[in-house]
Amino acid sequence: MIRDITIGQYYPAQSCIHRLDPRVKIVCTILFLVSLFVQNSIWGYALATLFLAAVIRASRVPLKFIVKGLKAIVMLLLFTVVMNLFLTKGGRVLVDFWIFRITENGLRTSVFMAIRLVYLIMGSSIMTFTTTPNGLTDGIESLLRPLNRWKVPVHEVAMMMSIALRFIPILLEETDKIMKAQIARGADLESGNLIQKTKAMVPILVPLFVSAFRRANELAMAMEARCYHGGEGRTKMKPLIYRAGDYAAYGITLLYLAGIVVVGRFTG
Amino acid sequence: MSIQLEHIHYTYSAGTAYEKHALKDVSLEIPQGQFAGVIGHTGSGKSTLIQHLNGLLKATSGKFYYNGEDVYAEKYNMKNLRSQVGLVFQYPEHQLFEVDVFTDVCFGPKNQGLSSAECEERAKEALELVGLPEKYYRQSPFELSGGQKRRAAIAGVLAMRPKVLVLDEPTAGLDPRGRDDILEQVAHLHRQTGMTVILVSHSMEDIARYVERIVVMNRGEKMLDGTPKEVFAHYRELEQVGLAAPQVTYIMHDLKERGWNIRTDATTVEEAAEEIIRGMKHSYD
Repeated sequence: MIRDITIGQYYPAQSCIHRLDPRVKIVCTILFLVSLFVQNSIWGYALATLFLAAVIRASRVPLKFIVKGLKAIVMLLLFTVVMNLFLTKGGRVLVDFWIFRITENGLRTSVFMAIRLVYLIMGSSIMTFTTTPNGLTDGIESLLRPLNRWKVPVHEVAMMMSIALRFIPILLEETDKIMKAQIARGADLESGNLIQKTKAMVPILVPLFVSAFRRANELAMAMEARCYHGGEGRTKMKPLIYRAGDYAAYGITLLYLAGIVVVGRFTG
Repeated sequence: MSIQLEHIHYTYSAGTAYEKHALKDVSLEIPQGQFAGVIGHTGSGKSTLIQHLNGLLKATSGKFYYNGEDVYAEKYNMKNLRSQVGLVFQYPEHQLFEVDVFTDVCFGPKNQGLSSAECEERAKEALELVGLPEKYYRQSPFELSGGQKRRAAIAGVLAMRPKVLVLDEPTAGLDPRGRDDILEQVAHLHRQTGMTVILVSHSMEDIARYVERIVVMNRGEKMLDGTPKEVFAHYRELEQVGLAAPQVTYIMHDLKERGWNIRTDATTVEEAAEEIIRGMKHSYD
């Protein structure tokens, strides 16, 4: 049940996207997300679709897997679509029924909004699917390094992030185990109203918190035993180095971005 | 009254990159009242196997009968199965959550829909069965020592009065004395209540002493199945899959190879000692 959540998960495969430097993937993902918001025309979306499809194809992550990640935002998606559909005014009126009124602009905005949200999630999940959590934090640490000058503890923040990410699967597994153990003792997690269901969570949450604290303690101890003292003077076993493929990826993304801007200029 | 598994297959995360065949064609019958051991290396499928026994996992294919009833039939009452087959997970103390030990042990019977008087009676009985002194009943489970926590957690399952008790590595992480205590207690429990006990372990030494039958799992398949003596006779094969027979098995075989006229099927230190003494007498005569 819990294993079905795919958003933010790593998908091991051999592909050119997997091999890219994590910094490239982070920057290009941000550029892609920006590109979704700087234009608002059918041709712009067509270009974005093309780009996204090509990247997904190249990443060798099954589309089924990426679409599964959308499950998490279904509610948000519906809410946005419905709100935009009924509340946006302007243009020809398509449907007029009691207090509901759908206009041409409303339809247009809600469809584009939905596409934006879906691409937003798909675009960023491609990044997490093809980058290990450690690679991701290495990339973020390296990209944020300039902030060190203003006394932002970049390394510490990155370390906290990678630990948090590392703990997600562990805690998921732990939750699964505790749930099974309580179900084996006859706990009923499914039936009942909201209050009963919430109450039924107590036998799972208490052991989960206890276990999270225990693990955190053990990890802190293990880090201290290895003389961890923060980022100062710490070197990396595998430093990030740009290769030819990385520059090519930057080039392709910039080309795409330029395309979006041009399309936006001519059709917007 | 028995557990009957027929050609059970189980696959984790089917259809993804993480797909894993955890069980392959496992057939097993465990009669009521048997004290059985399931042994296997990490990842051999033993934990997956026992989660099938109370319906937490449903086989990808295969049949499972409990007392002759088809568990995978649509109308089958899973809740009933779960109160008949008690499953004690690895590190069961991690499931403790209540304000005190006694209330925690009451959790199972309460879920069975029993009256609070009955719950308390059962909790008391279960705590006595695992040998936890009464002074701990009203303490927070988090204040107990490791071994006591484990007893409390096992009591939490026993309080449901299961007909079958499955224990997954009940001795993991305990010191040798705590280990012997728990195993003695389980053996005592089996003698006293006559319930079926299935003990999962990766240590032959633990199991050999107590069980009547050993099922060896390897890579999701049932490799050997028989009495401890029968299973340990295959000690070379066991070694190949990363399991070891009890140390006495090796000594007996070594002695035999050096020309001693002794039987090699001793499974405990006491049996081995007796056999060696017999062998020595024999050679002096």
